[in-house]
Amino acid sequence: MTGRVPSCAEIPVLRQRGQREVFCGLTSIIWLHRKMQDAFFLVVGSRTCAHLLQSAAGVMIFAEPRFGTAVLEETDLAGMADAQDEIDREVERLLSRRTDIRRLFLVGSCPSEVIKLDLSKAAERLSRKYAPQVRVLNFSGSGIETTFTEGEDACLAAMVPDLPETDDRQLLMVGALPDVVQDQALSLLDQLGIGPVTVLPSMRADDSVGVGANTVVAITQPFLGETCAALERRGARHIAATFPFGEVGTTAWLRAIADEFGLSDALFERVTEAPRARARSAVARASEVLRDRSVFFFPDSQLEIPLARFLTTECGMRAVEIGAPYIHRQLVGPDLAMIPEGPVLSEGQDVDLQLDRARAARADLTVCGLGLANPLEAEGLTTKWAIELVFTPVHFYEQAGDLAGLFARPLRRRDMLRVAAE
Amino acid sequence: MKLTVWTYEGPPHVGAMRVATAMKGLHYVLHAPQGDTYADLLFTMIERRNHRPPVTYTTFQARDLGADTAMLFKTACRDAYDRFRPQAMIVGASCTAELIQDDPGGMAEAMELPVPVIALDLPSYQRKENFGADEALFQITRALARPVDRTERVSCNLIGPTALGFRHRDDVTELTRLLSDMGVDVNVVAPLEATPADIARLGAAHFNVLMYPETGESACRWMERELGLPFTRTVPIGVGATRDFVAEVAELTGLAPRLDTKRLRLPWYTASVDSTYLTGKRVFIFGDGTYVVSAARIARDEMGFEVVGMGCYNREQARAVRRVASDFGLSALITDDYLDVEAAIADLAPELILGTQMERHIGKRLGIPCAVISAPVHVQDFPARYSPQMGLEGANVIFDTWVHPLVMGLEEHLLHMFRDDFEFHDDAGASHHGGPAVPRSKAAPDPTPAVVDGAADPGTVIWLAEAESELRKVPFFVRGKARRNTEAFAHDRGQHEISVETLYEAKAHYAR
Repeated sequence: MTGRVPSCAEIPVLRQRGQREVFCGLTSIIWLHRKMQDAFFLVVGSRTCAHLLQSAAGVMIFAEPRFGTAVLEETDLAGMADAQDEIDREVERLLSRRTDIRRLFLVGSCPSEVIKLDLSKAAERLSRKYAPQVRVLNFSGSGIETTFTEGEDACLAAMVPDLPETDDRQLLMVGALPDVVQDQALSLLDQLGIGPVTVLPSMRADDSVGVGANTVVAITQPFLGETCAALERRGARHIAATFPFGEVGTTAWLRAIADEFGLSDALFERVTEAPRARARSAVARASEVLRDRSVFFFPDSQLEIPLARFLTTECGMRAVEIGAPYIHRQLVGPDLAMIPEGPVLSEGQDVDLQLDRARAARADLTVCGLGLANPLEAEGLTTKWAIELVFTPVHFYEQAGDLAGLFARPLRRRDMLRVAAE
Repeated sequence: MKLTVWTYEGPPHVGAMRVATAMKGLHYVLHAPQGDTYADLLFTMIERRNHRPPVTYTTFQARDLGADTAMLFKTACRDAYDRFRPQAMIVGASCTAELIQDDPGGMAEAMELPVPVIALDLPSYQRKENFGADEALFQITRALARPVDRTERVSCNLIGPTALGFRHRDDVTELTRLLSDMGVDVNVVAPLEATPADIARLGAAHFNVLMYPETGESACRWMERELGLPFTRTVPIGVGATRDFVAEVAELTGLAPRLDTKRLRLPWYTASVDSTYLTGKRVFIFGDGTYVVSAARIARDEMGFEVVGMGCYNREQARAVRRVASDFGLSALITDDYLDVEAAIADLAPELILGTQMERHIGKRLGIPCAVISAPVHVQDFPARYSPQMGLEGANVIFDTWVHPLVMGLEEHLLHMFRDDFEFHDDAGASHHGGPAVPRSKAAPDPTPAVVDGAADPGTVIWLAEAESELRKVPFFVRGKARRNTEAFAHDRGQHEISVETLYEAKAHYAR
């Protein structure tokens, strides 16, 4: 690179406070309970919490899910003294019915946080009672404290103090990924001769994940700031890198790890050459329709900055606004530095004012949540609903084409349909 | 505390949202934490609405707790008024805001906005969605409706249809037509598509049609008291109920009970010989009380089914459902716990379930056909095509919907004749359902439901291998019933083993 182009890392951030159209952290239970196969997530909350999980889980709710809500009733609100007894009773019933549970998370919600229900005390007490068979932990997924994917951050951060101490030189890969993607990542690291590699969250309680001064941390999701900080407090060191989206992002992520472990360029090239070529050509094909088109991101999951980096540097798109619920500079700094200045960078939201900006910009593609997507489509904007980017395998080389395809599909569809909606 | 996985109803503020979203020119300011906006997507996705629900959430966060939240609420109110200029506003709290006690009603009143501001007090920890909708419509009506001169021609209001209501859109169309045939105009439909100005002229009607008791009854009772508007008690779902409804309207208005049945096909379809096989099919009915009561009557009197169980999830309708159930010689199941419903269905082994989205999944798990008759429903039950439940076309729609999941008559006979046929074996499923059935391993016993909480395991009776394989020759859609009948038969006789002979003795015993 000659003559540095000014990037989004230097621009001022637009911060507005007002109505926010986002999920709360409880939503992350939907994918966390699939990743941790022996865990149960018990939300202590209201009917609203149960209704949210049901609405977000769609049909998964019928697959005997390993999550539920202990719905607070009038009596729980009237006398705080018996709330701990109530939790004990519900947990006892739950664990006697589901003997396969090894990890139980007591998940705080807005109502439980507002009435200051001490779930950490409950978790300690229950852990003593059910050890060693079941480990009971606590985190908050409340809307007043967490936004959408921050629920995963809170959950993983709660697990960190509990990890055994280890002095082994190891790479800890952090973030819940679809199994197929995680296997690809581990296979690439293995081919590079990097090891041992452990993963947080682990699939089962028995999988040994330790942490200590010789641990280096590679993070796969941009929303894991608290978890990163908790690992650093345990002596681990974070490897800063762009996130593994697209060919460029994946290569830079792997490169940072390879440098940390002192690998030769020749080995790195040999291992990554074929998948890089595959990813490049898949992205090129899938992003034909994206080239020179504009994109506007509403805040949702904190994936916005790395994804905007992918769309602008690998798919030829132009970002108009990149909105994120929270910008964790330590984690997304490398991605921000690759995005040429031009777009507005916004943190937080006043949704009506942001909608005014989106309408004025009329971007070719507006990335937003499901509460906004159909209304904006009805106004003639083409949208990509953001939640899919969290639920779909999108990381690393083999998914690079699919990732571009997710953004291309709404535009291709708009070009195909010959009947206009009234 | 009560452990909940699936909930039939949302919290009461979602009911109030259903009223606000149904209306036009009304805005709802909801004091709620960040994250509660998830409810928007029920409307934008399940109902496919092309606009945002008219709801402003204060979306307070942890850092706002304390005096700040009251300020946030006032700002949200002011901004919502300035931006949307509604004719009226409703304000209230979600479950979390109820705990911080900011009093939205009092605060909004002190702001002296230039439009009516209606406070909703919805007890989130006691009541649910239907109550919220009913209460919201009642409070809006009480605040805005005034005595006005009656319309010159006979007219009525249609009360109760909301956003996210099961088939409400098409029921309104169907009823409007049916009333028009009798010479009755529709004055106002509320809340669906009504403005606050429309609510003000509710009193111009001669009577009210209470379409859905669970969302419109309180408003109707108030209008009866305060505006002198009588309201109809019959919900016109099914042929008999539609005739009764017409008679009731005739009585209220003095008009002739005209019903143009040229479009009605259910009676002939259900009389035609292909429907003979429907006779005595055992059906279990669960859902919202109003639909369950209507469905039970259709099932027995218009389809010729045997109703073997019924219940509802909304306590508000428990009395009505209990009364009807006892007419059917049944005791009603009043519960909002789907595990209870699943246990009852597993126990009764019906041949058809009429229920909600939840029963559809229970049916899938137990291998029992199911048709949806009530909310909560998923996106496929907000169809593009015209598909009312009420009136004459409603009856036609119901016939098709209920019969479709059943194996068709002729196919049923063929399955009996060729039950070991290589292409007609169990795993092939019914030919017109589309998609291959999930293959089951030959060795595995047929899927009896897992033992659900509280259900006793009839493990005292053992199936001998020959009897087990004979049972497998019984067509899959009646096998569950055959298994249970045989076990009950053996149990009653104190037998601990089931042989082929026991199976056939039981079959003869239960023959109908």
